[in-house]
Amino acid sequence: MKRFGGFIIKEFLHIFRDKRTLLILFGMPVAQMMLFGYVITNEIREVRFAVLDHSHDQNTRDIVDRITASSYFRLETVLSSDEEIAGCLREGKVKMVLVFDRDFASNMEREGKASVHVITDASEANTASIIYSYAAGIIQDYSRKSAAPASPSSQLTISPRMMYNENLEGVYMFVPGTMAMILMLISALLTSISIVREKEQGTMEVLLVSPLKPVQIILGKVTPYVVLSLINAVSIIALGYFVFGLPVAGSLLLLIAECMLFIMTALSLGILISTATSSQQTAMMISMLALLLPTILLSGFIYPIENMPQFLQWLSVIMPPKYFIIIVKNVMLKGTGLEYVWKETLILAGMTLFFLGLSARKFKVRIDVKTGRKGPFKRKEP
Amino acid sequence: MEDRAVIVQSLSKTFDKVRALHEVSFEVSRGEIFGMIGPDGAGKTTLFRILSTLMLPGSGQAEVLGTDVVKNYRKLRKRIGYMPGRFSLYPDLTVRENLEFYATIFGTTPAENYHLIRDIYIQIEPFSKRRAGALSGGMKQKLALCCALIHKPDLLILDEPTTGVDAVSRKEFWEMLLKLKQGGMSILVSTPYMDEAAQCDNIALIQEGRILVTAAPHEVTASFSLPLLGVRSNAPWLLLNDLRQWPYAESVQPFGEFIHVIAQPGHGEPQALLSFLKEKGHPDPEVRVLQAGIEDCFMHLMGAPSHAI
Repeated sequence: MKRFGGFIIKEFLHIFRDKRTLLILFGMPVAQMMLFGYVITNEIREVRFAVLDHSHDQNTRDIVDRITASSYFRLETVLSSDEEIAGCLREGKVKMVLVFDRDFASNMEREGKASVHVITDASEANTASIIYSYAAGIIQDYSRKSAAPASPSSQLTISPRMMYNENLEGVYMFVPGTMAMILMLISALLTSISIVREKEQGTMEVLLVSPLKPVQIILGKVTPYVVLSLINAVSIIALGYFVFGLPVAGSLLLLIAECMLFIMTALSLGILISTATSSQQTAMMISMLALLLPTILLSGFIYPIENMPQFLQWLSVIMPPKYFIIIVKNVMLKGTGLEYVWKETLILAGMTLFFLGLSARKFKVRIDVKTGRKGPFKRKEP
Repeated sequence: MEDRAVIVQSLSKTFDKVRALHEVSFEVSRGEIFGMIGPDGAGKTTLFRILSTLMLPGSGQAEVLGTDVVKNYRKLRKRIGYMPGRFSLYPDLTVRENLEFYATIFGTTPAENYHLIRDIYIQIEPFSKRRAGALSGGMKQKLALCCALIHKPDLLILDEPTTGVDAVSRKEFWEMLLKLKQGGMSILVSTPYMDEAAQCDNIALIQEGRILVTAAPHEVTASFSLPLLGVRSNAPWLLLNDLRQWPYAESVQPFGEFIHVIAQPGHGEPQALLSFLKEKGHPDPEVRVLQAGIEDCFMHLMGAPSHAI
């Protein structure tokens, strides 16, 4: 036990002396949260727009006032002819141009039907569609309120609010996703690198010759990262709560237990990678390509799995983060208990056991040398 | 108690298609320094890894401290101190932390066996707070030796401990080994430096995975039966070329300032070679009879394996 303690102390010394590791460990979670929270949000703010009003009546003025009054838009300029629209957008002065048809107010009153063109700069497709939905929301809101009860036809059927909610949920989505990504990164990438570093330094040779059992070596390498990953998971939850006002609807204890399970899964993957590689570079590449990218792209973190081609949907089935994200979404956002996520929990636990078993088979109590990858170096128990 | 620390019997090891060790056999007695002498790639590291239980032998048997290296490897690991050829310390830990770490994983403390490492640790003690990565080559090797010694092993296996180390540190390192030997420790050491061979009790010359000869250093040199001449002049390059044309030369090797010429039996008189060189136009060559050193023997054995002693 004392041996093991000494090993863990040594491991912590490595971590605290390596600025790069520290940066990944503690800078990364905060940076990612801020990045996904503020920058890659679907919300818009102070979008500049222009107005071309052919009607110049009370209604159009009201609509423009309403749009301007919201914090989403800012009136940049008033145009006087159709020819100016293209130039205005091309220069990038504005992202949206509102064009009111002639006799807007009278059309609206008489036929309950009037048209306004919303022209957006779609060179940024996502932003354009969001801008459109925001503007449309405000205009429809106005039309609903101003419409006379006598003319129900002016009530539009599509509710812009739904669009808004969908966006809002997207913002909430990033917390589970970021959590999955960071835990994967720290647990798998950092552990695999730290084990492989011992091989590269030649210290693994001495560790193997020592009376330490392979299990102790691996556990000793992994334990500090379990602790640090858990701290990270908790700090991500705290950041979400205090900075972005994202509450934990379900049991906090269950959430942390599930985090722990996912950390184990990621660690077992890290160990597996480390048994298969002999240089830090390779370990890093494999972690990045095989773990990080799929975590981001295939887990449903950014792109909904249902929208993927069939082939990628199948591939996403074997992605551990997918299940973790489902669990976290359920526990954190919907507030469900274990009875709704036991299936995902079991899958994660199964994957962990599978990876651990595989690495135990592959871990060598002796060294492997570049010249002989197979055959003569297979683990052999007496 | 077993009177031999290491018994190796016709050990072979093959990597893919490269033969690293070929039917190697030798024995190391308790309390002696046994030197494995040979060039890079001779198979020294592979042999030592097998003996340290880090690698499985292809065929043959190896017994270390009375224990089979394959069957009882776990028991054996506690009793040997292995120092790999590569730098095997943690560069980001300090000297003291490295030592403490290695002591801890072997279940001991630096204080417990301090008497073993004192002489050598005193030399690195002033830097005990320095990171191991920032030490000089000689210091690193001294620290690595301390780390290999800290659990008081019965057998030390040192893989090229002095490669890349300055001459003074090498000398100090060997003084340390001799002292450990006096304390009763068995030491198996490999080196590419021939001058270190003389410090060993017994040596084995190894090349391309085969042991050419095993004997005490003085026996190796004594068994060298051919006449050896050392030649020197102001124009070494021309001299080397001309010597190679001397009909009675068995081999010609430059060794520092002298060129060593092994002559055929009965042609060891300096006079004959001197007149040959004068004919070739060397104004003032110096020729003297030399005592063969380990390196002469090794070069000769390497060149002509059929002449094995």
